[in-house]
Amino acid sequence: MTAETAFPRIDPVGLDGLLVRFADSLSERANRAALAFRAALERETPEGVEECATSLVSAFVRFDPLALAPDVLERRLSDLLGTRDWYAEELPEGRRRVTIPTLYGTDLAPQLAEAAEAAGLSEDAAIRSLSEAEVRVTTIGFAPGQPYLGTLPECWDIPRQTALTPKVPVGALVVAIRQLVLFSVTTPTGWRHVGQTHARLFRPEADAPFLLRPGDAVRFPAVDRAAFEAMREAGGDGITVEPFT
Amino acid sequence: MSGALEVLQAGPGLSLQDAGRPGWLAQGLSRGGAADRVALAEGAALLGQASGVALELAGMGGRFRATRDLRIALTGARMAASVDGRTLRWNACWLLPAGETLEIGAAQDGVYGYLTVGGGFDQPEVLGAQGAHLAAGIGRVLAAGDRLALGQDAGGATGLGLDPVARSGGGTLRVLPSLQTEVFPEDMRARFCTETFRRDARGNRMGVRLVPEGAGFGLDAGGRILSEVIVPGDIQIPGDGAPYVLLSECQTTGGYPRIGTVIPADLPHVAQAAPGAEIRFRFVTRDEALAAERGLRDALNRLPKRIAPLVRDPKDINLLDHDLVSGVTDGEVTR
Repeated sequence: MTAETAFPRIDPVGLDGLLVRFADSLSERANRAALAFRAALERETPEGVEECATSLVSAFVRFDPLALAPDVLERRLSDLLGTRDWYAEELPEGRRRVTIPTLYGTDLAPQLAEAAEAAGLSEDAAIRSLSEAEVRVTTIGFAPGQPYLGTLPECWDIPRQTALTPKVPVGALVVAIRQLVLFSVTTPTGWRHVGQTHARLFRPEADAPFLLRPGDAVRFPAVDRAAFEAMREAGGDGITVEPFT
Repeated sequence: MSGALEVLQAGPGLSLQDAGRPGWLAQGLSRGGAADRVALAEGAALLGQASGVALELAGMGGRFRATRDLRIALTGARMAASVDGRTLRWNACWLLPAGETLEIGAAQDGVYGYLTVGGGFDQPEVLGAQGAHLAAGIGRVLAAGDRLALGQDAGGATGLGLDPVARSGGGTLRVLPSLQTEVFPEDMRARFCTETFRRDARGNRMGVRLVPEGAGFGLDAGGRILSEVIVPGDIQIPGDGAPYVLLSECQTTGGYPRIGTVIPADLPHVAQAAPGAEIRFRFVTRDEALAAERGLRDALNRLPKRIAPLVRDPKDINLLDHDLVSGVTDGEVTR
């Protein structure tokens, strides 16, 4: 179902938010539209708007409802929407390629076998597929600095679990519905835990507290247990960040 | 010479809280901040200072001692409080003499009590605020042995009280429609407004779970909704059909359908609903929600005018005898 004709649309979120939605399912063009629309809002923020953010295919605007009437803001957003074809916009400037060494499987990422089976792959083939994939940060959300990453090959269109895994640690790489999420906090999840990294996506005390940005390209190459432990002992995470050209 | 407040004993959810950190939503960090912001404002008003940072006492207080004479205000969920055995009235400000022990007990109504101090706390800021965001790993729960540096106090009267801004734990909450309200069948939405829910034991600064009297409110289509922005007040319905009302430390995106959003003015009622408290929902128009917001902001602006000296009360014993950091005499009670 691609009822994109009904989009973009603007809906209220609570008393002080408006959401501009570009689709009702994840697609690259709707994701690009959301990122570009938010970037435009950042360049020319209407008076009374307090912050903007994106989700997978939508842009959110929070405002002071006593300083700026919701219908006035809605008209302004609607006017901005009309200025161009947002689905044809480019990805944000200043993208980076981030490489995050990953230990797949073992007791540190115990759901690899299960996920591989759901994807119809052997464990080795699953590791190869995930290691070689280059995914993109489609949005940051749920927890601080936490990316949703897509899109994986078709075989990874596996459902979330019906029951929650009670706890996965910081740096856990999980998979479902052709996407990866890399956790910035310890959390329960319905996604399957296939890899473990040393990534700390959110360092509140650091000058640059957030590692990833929407639009960044990310790879998760496999490392073996010994290399993974050596990184931990050296106090490093093995992550490299380079400009994406 | 600003001194410190020493934590001698701490309830399980003791943390520093302020107005939170707005502006990081795009990075996945929700605003956070005091669960009951009205109580934060009341504490500041009692001490005649701008609303800032306070100790949030989650269900249980603790024992505290200051290294200098310290003005304190007690607001939010009512808790038994005393200084070296002398009882202190809640919703009031007092002098805590240097070296004496302030003891605060369990919440008697509501959940979150607040201990505000003259001059505030002098803690390092992280991303623009001093408060803890426990879900995000900013700051932490405080424990016995912690010492909190105090800010410079401009001084002022103690022995003053106020009638808190009207709010309760639970009651009927005003709700606006949200992104998935229309996805819920009409009869389910109607039932949502006639049902009495009880606040479950499960709940924290991220949100509270409500248990319906009757059947749940789950949707078959619930699992297929795309993750979108989440705001405090959103009423998510997870698979088991029992609503979760999200509070200041909520996640920033989520996929469970939302049947509505509690208006900001009523969020303190959610935060202060103790386990077992009854909650009902009533959909309101945007105009009604805006009027409520205006009303709350007006009430907060008027707080300084509503503060008055407490009369001597045998219950307060002789705390009033050394209440005068700067010359206030006994006067009328405010209530």
